[in-house]
Amino acid sequence: MLRDFGPNELLYLITAARWTVVLSLLAFAGGGLLGLVIALLRVSPWKPLRLLMIGYIQVMQGTPALMQLFMVYYGIGLFGIRPDPWVSAAYAFTVSSSAFFAEIWRGCIEAIPRGQWESARSLGLSFPLILRLVVLPQAFRIMIAPTIGYAVQIIKGTSLASLIGFTELARAGQVINTITFEPARVFGCVALIYFVLCWPLSYLSQRLETRIARSRGESVSLG
Amino acid sequence: MEYQFDFGPVFIHWPDLLRGTWLTIWLTLAATAIGLPIAAILAAIRSYGPRPLRWLVGLYVELIRNTPFLIQLYFVFFAMPGLGLRMTANTAAILAMVVNLVAYAVEIVRAGLEAIPRGQIEAGRALGLGPLRILRHIVLAQALRIVYPALASQFVLQLLGSSLVSAIAAEELTAVANNIMIVTFRNFEVFGVVTAIYLTLSLAFRALLGTVHHRAFRWIG
Repeated sequence: MLRDFGPNELLYLITAARWTVVLSLLAFAGGGLLGLVIALLRVSPWKPLRLLMIGYIQVMQGTPALMQLFMVYYGIGLFGIRPDPWVSAAYAFTVSSSAFFAEIWRGCIEAIPRGQWESARSLGLSFPLILRLVVLPQAFRIMIAPTIGYAVQIIKGTSLASLIGFTELARAGQVINTITFEPARVFGCVALIYFVLCWPLSYLSQRLETRIARSRGESVSLG
Repeated sequence: MEYQFDFGPVFIHWPDLLRGTWLTIWLTLAATAIGLPIAAILAAIRSYGPRPLRWLVGLYVELIRNTPFLIQLYFVFFAMPGLGLRMTANTAAILAMVVNLVAYAVEIVRAGLEAIPRGQIEAGRALGLGPLRILRHIVLAQALRIVYPALASQFVLQLLGSSLVSAIAAEELTAVANNIMIVTFRNFEVFGVVTAIYLTLSLAFRALLGTVHHRAFRWIG
């Protein structure tokens, strides 16, 4: 039996969007923590660790997020555990966003002039101290804008979880579409909800980027 | 862990994997070939066009960049037929990929356009060149060189993102993987192999595009 796309259906979409938000927050927090560790090891003085991290980032950025999600989802089954969409999605998105965070932050860390590393080292500071006292406080300022920008990618990326049966916004849209068969309105609304979640972050990120570029006297072009 | 890995049943299906890989490459190339010229024109409008048009392109870019590709794909595939546009899964896939790629490429190309000093455009006008020739010979010729690396990584992202079109049953690499999984039950092995294929593709294209960059732009200066 077909239903009309009314306020109840819209409400269902909005409530499902809450799982999109929760999953995004998990991926952001988990990916951020793991990504920070990887970024720091990636610039560390220990070559084998650096190479290992380069390899990790290459593999994660060189394969589709959907494949990573499927690998986790079906991989868990190998250990005799019933695959769970929640755990799989949270884990896969943490791992894949960690690689992107690591690359973004490495760029920010390496934007700090080499001379500062050298002078800190000549003052006898160790690697962790150089990071904490000299590099990170300065890098932090330029890290904020791209980090917020990447949060948008994470929110959009959580839509992939619908393909392993996780009922977030995208899957809720599919469900409602099947019972109402009004794809234009359903997916129009779904897109609008995503837009409302993402656009403020995009805007904020662009504003911050412009401001930082201006304060450094660079010519500004919005990326 | 008692599980015995067995890749045999997966490799039996290598002709399907090959066909899927080829379709993945083809979809990405087609979307890029169609999308890039459109993006270049829209970027020029966004930078130099009349205000209402500029605003319209900006709206399009923001709408696409702040919604998931999967939803854009569903919209094209499920909603367009209702508007009288019937299409195959592959056509819908390419259309959605073009719509998505253009939005990102517009912003990339625009950054390149804005790096070209206004004085050069004025100099071109002083030489009596028309707006299209100024755009082609002065602005785009230089801007494309500046933005090439960003466009190259966008291409690789597009290649990886194309795995999503399996959701509307376009028969590319990921869809082939799903089919093989259904007949072999070797879920992990299938996705392991397919992930390795994607990794090879993205590394190969990155290397190829890097070489092109090196060769093509050396003699321009």
